[in-house]
Amino acid sequence: MASMDTDAHVGPVLMTGNEAVAHAAMKAGLGFFAGYPITPSTEIAETLSAMLPRAGGVFIQMEDEIAAMSAIIGGSLAGAKTLTATSGPGFSLKQEAIGYACLTEVPCVIVNVMRGGPSTGLPTLPAQGDVMQARWGTHGDHPVVAYCPERVEEAYLLTLKCFEVAERLRTPVMLLMDEIVGHVTERVIFPVKGAFEVTSNRETTLSPEDYRPYGYDQQLPPPLVPFGKGYRYHVSGLMHDETGFPSSDTANGDRELRWLMSKVENNREMVIDVELVNMEDADIMLFAYGASARSAKGAMRLAREEGLKVGLFRPRSIWPFAYDELKAAAQGVKAIISIEMNLGQLTNEVKLAVEGQVPVVPFFKVGGEPVLPAEILETIRGV
Amino acid sequence: MSWRYEARLSGSGGQGLILAGKILAEAAAIYENKNATQSQSYGPEARGGASRSEVIIADGDIDFPKATRLDLLLSLTQEACDKYVCDLKDDGLLIVDSKYVKQIPEGAFRVIATPIAEVAENEVGRAVTANMVALGIIVGATKVVSAESAEKAISARVPRGSEELNLKAFRLGLEGALAAQA
Repeated sequence: MASMDTDAHVGPVLMTGNEAVAHAAMKAGLGFFAGYPITPSTEIAETLSAMLPRAGGVFIQMEDEIAAMSAIIGGSLAGAKTLTATSGPGFSLKQEAIGYACLTEVPCVIVNVMRGGPSTGLPTLPAQGDVMQARWGTHGDHPVVAYCPERVEEAYLLTLKCFEVAERLRTPVMLLMDEIVGHVTERVIFPVKGAFEVTSNRETTLSPEDYRPYGYDQQLPPPLVPFGKGYRYHVSGLMHDETGFPSSDTANGDRELRWLMSKVENNREMVIDVELVNMEDADIMLFAYGASARSAKGAMRLAREEGLKVGLFRPRSIWPFAYDELKAAAQGVKAIISIEMNLGQLTNEVKLAVEGQVPVVPFFKVGGEPVLPAEILETIRGV
Repeated sequence: MSWRYEARLSGSGGQGLILAGKILAEAAAIYENKNATQSQSYGPEARGGASRSEVIIADGDIDFPKATRLDLLLSLTQEACDKYVCDLKDDGLLIVDSKYVKQIPEGAFRVIATPIAEVAENEVGRAVTANMVALGIIVGATKVVSAESAEKAISARVPRGSEELNLKAFRLGLEGALAAQA
């Protein structure tokens, strides 16, 4: 049910990252949004509150963040593609229900437009403080898929990807943006009508008697048949067997948890997405993601003008972390400069990836001012 | 190196500088087929507090979307002018509201001082159109986009029903700037 509004805007148009997320969600066939407005993500809810009902979908402003997260799980079980959007404080509140979606294998998409934290922090200013919260915010081992766009057009494309991966892997997928990408207005050209069709994994050829909502032995999970179609099954936050009914069998618990993790690991090619720039001859590799990567690209441009051989490794997929891709890209470089608008959340993963073979130089900036290319250039000159 | 133009519109929250920035970016990006970005920095207040809106216009890709070396600084308050003038290039342009910016910083840059808010209030009849008066001055003084493109962008972006009022404000600013150059 791609909306007419979405297809009318094939570009070039001038749009913010938050608006692009809303348009992409419509393109992906969004049926239900539940959320609670919070800066700097509010325009996602605002835009969808107008677009979604016109396309026959349902928009609800919930009483709080966890209710919104729970609502999109329920909406997904009823067959809709679902979305919520928030920022750091709201993301904290959603965590319990995110774990529930992981274990119950319910596809849904969560956008977090990050701000400075902890607590209420710096509501209107940019930061990348929730990278580790995205990974470990909910308890227990669990699979996490998260994407991080650097510009408006990419916010659109990665939102589509979030819906695609969520549907195919039957797991919550996150879009981690920062205030700069959420609020920057820029010129974008979107894919033409029909160029992108998000998979729907909701129909089975099996009879209601033979259908099992959970399976632990395939490359991909079985389809999640919506409630109300005559297929009766149980959904529980307890460990469960193939029918969904709770099971405290320890062998089942072991199998289920390993399955949850492996369905992402075994589909890394579908999930992992990285950009390498100027790495052919680089002896210094910048590592950056989100808006910081645009600062890094500015710095790389300045450095190249000085004859410095600088390249960039930019993960569009933050989780699972692209350890292998990063290690391969870093072969032969003399140093990595890791640039983050936090105090080094992903830098530890960078160090893990290169296993001590390449020195990792930190460039961390917090407090709400964006990273300036000239600041990175200073660090490059000092390496 | 490709051409890159950096503008910062500064003042306090509620003056419409973010909208003015979006219109300037839209004039360049949609009606003149250049690349453009607009971004902003503001406090948690709905009104008051420091506000800045930045526009980058370029003929190539725009990596870093924030302004650091300004070709243009618009300041509607003394505080904003004092804070940001250090980022203005020597061959840049400073535009201030002369009623609120009494102490004009010294420098090699060109200065236009006009009672922007008074023009909006007295000649347009609506104080809220000061942002469009300012935009008119920017376009007239810099020609970074054509007046025609700016007017199309204004018509597309301002609230429906307010087009004529906003265009009137824009033209007053534009004509003032053009007359000053003549």
